[in-house]
Amino acid sequence: MIELNSVNKSFGDLQVLKGIDLSVAKGEVLSVIGASGSGKSTMLYCINALEQIQGGSISVDGLDVHAKSTDINKLRQNIGMVFQQWNSFPHLTVLDNVALAPKIVLGKSADEARSIAEKQLQHVDLGDKLDTYPTRMSGGQQQRLAIARALAMEPGYMLFDEVTSALDPELVGEVLDTLRLLREDGMTMIVVTHEINFARDVSDRIAFFHQGVIEELAPAKELVNNPQRQRTQQFLSKVL
Amino acid sequence: MLDASLNSDIQLKLFISLASLLSSGTHMDYTFHWRPVIKALPDLFSAALVTLEAAVLSMLLGIIFGLVLALMRLHGSRPLSLFATVWIELARNTPALLQLFFFGFGLGAFGWHLTPFTIVLCGLAFNNAGYLAENFRGGFQAIPAPQYKAARSLGMSATQTYTRIIIPQVFRLVYYPMTNQMVWAVLMSSLGMLVGFRELSGETQFLASNTFRLFEFFLAAAVFYYLLVKLILLAAHLLSRRLFTY
Ligand SMILES: Nc1ncnc2c1ncn2[C@@H]1O[C@H](COP(=O)(O)OP(=O)(O)OP(=O)(O)O)[C@@H](O)[C@H]1O
Ligand SMILES: [Mg+2]
Repeated sequence: MIELNSVNKSFGDLQVLKGIDLSVAKGEVLSVIGASGSGKSTMLYCINALEQIQGGSISVDGLDVHAKSTDINKLRQNIGMVFQQWNSFPHLTVLDNVALAPKIVLGKSADEARSIAEKQLQHVDLGDKLDTYPTRMSGGQQQRLAIARALAMEPGYMLFDEVTSALDPELVGEVLDTLRLLREDGMTMIVVTHEINFARDVSDRIAFFHQGVIEELAPAKELVNNPQRQRTQQFLSKVL
Repeated sequence: MLDASLNSDIQLKLFISLASLLSSGTHMDYTFHWRPVIKALPDLFSAALVTLEAAVLSMLLGIIFGLVLALMRLHGSRPLSLFATVWIELARNTPALLQLFFFGFGLGAFGWHLTPFTIVLCGLAFNNAGYLAENFRGGFQAIPAPQYKAARSLGMSATQTYTRIIIPQVFRLVYYPMTNQMVWAVLMSSLGMLVGFRELSGETQFLASNTFRLFEFFLAAAVFYYLLVKLILLAAHLLSRRLFTY
């Protein structure tokens, strides 16, 4: 379970998260929507301690993320993350992109790491690209590579930060399909997205962010079809 | 370049007159004697190797210190960042000769006497590090932030992230400036003769004054430098094709 308790986060004088309370149960898929600058990415970064917080607490499987005693590299192995773009390591082949972390973080042998990587790459339909360099692949393929790379660490949780926003429209589908597969496998996920229809169909709940607070949090279909808050209605009418 | 700025006709005339000048020496009072140079070729060759050795070692040190300086400037505390800034500013904005003299006569004044080789190595490494640090800094800034975040999110430590993900990419970005600095290090090492270092220039000076064949020896040294630089550029090119397959 991922739990956020009154989380505050500021960059200098700018408060970006203002008392976020949220819990995501094992097996749940939560989508996060909201306007640009409302703090969605920042919240994801706080969950795996890529950013520090100024108040409140975050725990993952009961472990306090921001406690001094927490082994942060160990914790991150349990939380996969995929970004909007610039995910793939351009100097490594597709195979090495995926095999590197199992090797140097988990201490797997070269053979083990290779077979883990091959398995994950086949899973996202990149089994024929092992020796290619990511720069020679489409944006959609690179995003699927990033997903495979995160999954190779066998994380309990996955965080997605607008993984389709930088893609050409015709490539969005293949990446969303990969997320759907993950959902079917029972992966616990937080998905920041602008794809409202995808969020409605695939997630259990949706959180609507507005200026650093969760303005509305509801079961997915309810939030999209029957939003309670005026700001949610305004946002949805703009994007749908 | 000669080829670029002169047409071939002029180049030919120049070549002929230079050739006749060197072989007969009839146009001037100076008569050319190449025998001493030819006899000294093995000495010049081993001196060229000393030059290469000093340049390569000073580059390796320069790369290590340059990386550290760049990281200090980007991520260090104020004192560290200030230290790096002072180093970089001095290295880039004062004559290389003075930097060499600092490690020679400067430290010597405080009773710290380094060997000529060490003086040249320190001086060149100081200079290389200063120039490379700025290249590296630009390289680090050019790597998109998600590269770092993605590596850390996989559980890699900061050190693993830098050594496996960030620095390899930076090296590619700054490969050509680095090659230039290597060439520069070879040429700068000739200043070593002024602190008593017997590299290619020092050795040339020594042989020339022993035999009084100044022009011949320095011309031969120039050819050695030229070939050395061309070899380094070729090696760098071949290496880059092996290293950067992406
Ligand atoms: N490293 C940083 N330093 C300073 N301010 C930052 C930093 N990162 C984000 N911010 C600011 O924090 C606010 C929230 O940013 P964040 O990226 O979390 O928004 P977002 O909801 O993900 O927006 P988008 O949909 O555009 O990705 C913005 O005002 C942004 O300018
Ligand atoms: Mg964002």
